[in-house]
Formats: sequence, structure tokens, C-alpha cells
Amino acid sequence: MQDNTQSSSYQQLEQKSKYTNMFLRWFLYFVLILFASYFIFPLYVMVVTSLKTMEEIRQGTLLSWPSGLNFESWAVAWGGRGYGAGDTFLRPYFWNSIKMVVPAVFFSTFIGAMTGYVLTKWRFKGDSWVFLFLLFGCFIPFQAILLPMARTLGVLGISNSIIGLVLVHTVYGIPFTTLFFRNYYVSVPTELVKAARIDGAGFFKIFFKILLPISAPIIVVTVIWQFTQIWNDFLFGSTFSFGEAAPIQVALNNMVLSSTSVKEYNVDMASAIIAGVPTLIVYVLAGKYFIRGLTSGAVKG
Amino acid sequence: MFKWLEKNLPKIVMAPAVGLIGWFVYGFVLWTLYISFTNSKILPKYELWGFGQYEKLWASRKWLISVDNLLVFTALFLIFCIVIGIILAIFLDQKIRAEGVLRTIYLYPMALSFIVTGTAWKWILNPTLGIQKMFVDWGFENFTFDWLVNREMAIYTIVIAGVWQSAGFVMALFLAGLRSVEDEIIKAAKIDGAGLFTVYWRILLPMMRPVFFTSFVILVHISIKSYDLIVALTQGGPGISTTMPALFMTQTAFHKSQVGLSAASAMMMFMAVAAVIIPYLYSELRRENAR
Repeated sequence: MQDNTQSSSYQQLEQKSKYTNMFLRWFLYFVLILFASYFIFPLYVMVVTSLKTMEEIRQGTLLSWPSGLNFESWAVAWGGRGYGAGDTFLRPYFWNSIKMVVPAVFFSTFIGAMTGYVLTKWRFKGDSWVFLFLLFGCFIPFQAILLPMARTLGVLGISNSIIGLVLVHTVYGIPFTTLFFRNYYVSVPTELVKAARIDGAGFFKIFFKILLPISAPIIVVTVIWQFTQIWNDFLFGSTFSFGEAAPIQVALNNMVLSSTSVKEYNVDMASAIIAGVPTLIVYVLAGKYFIRGLTSGAVKG
Repeated sequence: MFKWLEKNLPKIVMAPAVGLIGWFVYGFVLWTLYISFTNSKILPKYELWGFGQYEKLWASRKWLISVDNLLVFTALFLIFCIVIGIILAIFLDQKIRAEGVLRTIYLYPMALSFIVTGTAWKWILNPTLGIQKMFVDWGFENFTFDWLVNREMAIYTIVIAGVWQSAGFVMALFLAGLRSVEDEIIKAAKIDGAGLFTVYWRILLPMMRPVFFTSFVILVHISIKSYDLIVALTQGGPGISTTMPALFMTQTAFHKSQVGLSAASAMMMFMAVAAVIIPYLYSELRRENAR
């Protein structure tokens, strides 16, 4: 049945073109699977490498199968080897990232929801300029704000701290969260709000009773987007924090780059997987919302 | 007083967002702009110094290499992402079995950080144990693949990893675009005897002009800002052969303490992005208003 989808609409086609079609479909699947292997290849290599011993790595190839499920390098990547200086491992930085992500996602989503609500349901003169004003923040290259930000965090006494990173991520998340909520609320009929206003409902009541209950999809999109962006951030993390306060991406990079002893690729790969697993899980579980975030308001890389 | 509060409540609620963005985006960009016209070294100085930093910037060999690399990277990154993205989108649009699974596979790199994927690619591309060894072990004894440590070729490893990360995104954009075309148009063309190839080449792809435009803008934007991937993959090396503006900016500011020069490079990046974004925003707004 699959083979005929092309030709079903015009049955007058002859047997001959049926074969061409079949050939075309095989070609189609061939190309699609070829690309799928290109995309899956690094993930596969990461997983199998993390399960090998260094001995196996030196003897086998990238693709060779590990001799067994050996999670030792995962344990080392997560909890270290247990000796003092120079023993870097990801566990504390993983928690740093959690402590940074949760408040930053919450605040930026909340502010974005409120701003999006005002911009669409309490319109005022010049509101589209305000929107444009905020929207432009999605696009600025962060290099143009790094220097003053570093100084500001210093003045506030929160440089090299989780609080500082929460502030940075909240602020630079606002343009995106506002964009998401604004575009979502624009399609909610304003009549609903008007009717509620006539009934005497106030600003916050309308938001919590009318808009919030129907906002679940866009909240999911925004939270996933912000979570992914902030968890994966490296620029802010590496510029505004070091040592103990670093988030996981910075720690991963330091671990991989540290050239103190013999390179342990299995530990490197296990670390990379640990740093990538939270966003990957979210993507697999809620891919639909992730893609919606990417394509609907997507402007950032 | 209470009346005033009630009347202005919406604006008060909106104030934090506007205030924060005004200060942390616009204020900061202006500050950086100002500093780029001063002779600041480790600490910012506020006496104006004219265009000295920009002259220094464009006389710097490292900056010129950065710009050169950026142009090469952007061109290849754009071409490969868009071509692969379109091919995948069109092929996936043919009522493919397991489309969901394939789509998930093509797009998952977008969920990972460049540090994670850069770490993986660095391992895959390393000449001693990576792809090169794989082919040698398979019997291709003279196979060499040392791009990662080769001054001439290292920039292309960044292209490989960058395309791998972002091509799925272009696929998603085009797939969404193709799906939004009404079936009637395609049916009508087929009844007129157009083959599948003609339908796509002559009718559907030209209709995708806004999608091309969006992909172009987003990809250029990603490439101008690319920083993490280079840090994870090459740190700008070997030597300075893969350095790029974003890396130049942070290194000049935080390792060499040339704050003024660094601000000048940041402003160059800002202008490059603005040159792409402002026409885009303008056309998007016009499209929205036309609706």
C-alpha cells in the first residue's frame, strides 16, 4: 500500500511507472536512513565509548561493541575517584545547574506571561513598539553585553555565584518568553476578556481565571525552551563563573580540556552524556513542544 | 491614588520586563559602544579616544583571520544546512513509514549543548583513536583524517559538527512549511500532468520563500554567535587557525585585558547581526500587519 501512495490518485499510469515508483521509494528510504545514521553516529559512539575500558578503546574502533556493560567511567564522571586535589567530577556542578535553571526558568516564564498578557489584552497606544523593543533582545549577540554585565555583577557582589547566573538568564530569557506568550495570547479572543471586565473582574482575576487555565501548552513550550537554553548555556556560565560556582557545561569543558593525566575518553564521553541527558530526556518526552518552541518563535541558536 | 494604580496596573506589571531589557540590553549595548571609543585596557576609561580601537581591530591579523573563518564557516554552514534540511523535509513529506522516529533522530542534536556535541566530535575526529583509526583497522592502511589538528582543514571540522547540529532544524522549518501548503494546489498540478519533481521544484519550493528567508536569518545568526562549539572542538587552534569573532571578543576581554579593543569587536558583531536582523524583523512585521 505504501508503494502506491504516489500513483493511487491517477490509476491510468502503467505498470512501468509503478516499478520506477518502487525504485524511487527504495531510494527515498535509503537516503533517509543514511542521514539518520549520520545523525545517530555521534550518540552511538558516545554511548559505546563510555562503556568501554581504555584498553578496549585502544584496541577496538569507534564502532566496536563494548565487552560488557561497564559503568565504571560513569561513576568516575559523576562522583570522581575519591582522591583529593585534581579529582574533578560532575556531581556538584550538576546541582549548580539545577539551582540555576529552576529559578531562572520560573522567573523568566512568569515575567514573560505577564508581559505577553498586557501586550495582547490590555493594549495601549504604542504597545507594538514596546513589543518590538523587547523582541530585539532575542537577537543581540551576547558579546555586546558581556563586558558591562561582568562589571554589573561585580558591583552587585554576585559575580561568580549562582544568583548572578539566575539574574543573567532571567533577564535575557524575557524577550523569548514574552514572544511566546504574546503570540499565544494574541489568538485568544479578546471578547472573553471584555466580558469579564464588564462583570467587574480585575486585571489579575482575568489572568488567573481566564488566561492561565488555557495556557498549559504555551507554558510547556516556554519552560522547555528556557530549560534547554539555560541548561545548555556556556557563554554566560564560562564568563561569569568559575571554580565551585560553575554550571555543568563549564565543568564538562574543563574536565575534557584538563590535560593533567592520560586522556580518558571513556570518562569524557560519560561526562558528556551526563551533561546532555536532562535536555535529551525532555526532548524525547516532549519533543512536540520542543519543536513548537523552535519553529514558532525560534530565533535563537 | 488607588484609582491611578488600577488604571495603570497593566503598565506597572509590564514595567519589570521593559526596565530590565532597557537597562540590560539597550543600556549595555550603548555602554559597550561608548567603551569601544575609549582607550580602555584592564579597567574601563571614559575619555573618548575616537576610532582608535577600530583601527587597531582591523589591523589585527587575528581579527582578520577570525572574520575570514567566519565567512568560510557561514557560507558552508548555510549551504549544507539548507540543502540537507530541504532534502530531508521533502523526502519525509512522502508519507514515510516511521516518520516520527526519523524526525526525532534528525532533530535531537538541537536539544544538546555545543559543549556536549563538541566533546563527542572531538573524540570522533581525533586522529589517533577516532575515525582515522577506524578506517586503518578496516584495512585502508593509508587513510588519514587529521583535519582537527591540521591548520588548513580544522575549520571544516567545525562545519561538520555545526551542520550536524543544525540541519535538523532547517528540516523542521521546511517540513512545517510544506505541510501548510494546501493539498488542492498539489492535486491540481498533478492533474495537469506535472511529475513529483516538477511539483516540488516549480511550485512548492518557490512557495517556501519565507521559510528560506527565516532559515537564512537564523543560521547566519547562529554562525555569527558561534562560540561554544569552537571552544569545545578546537579552542581556536591549531594556532589561531579556527578563531572566530566571538572567541576573539572574549579572549581579548578576559585573557588579554584589552577591554576597549574587545568592545570594538563586540560592536562589529552587533552590527553584523543587526544588518541581517533588522530587514528580517521589518519584513516579518509587514507580513503580520498585512494579515
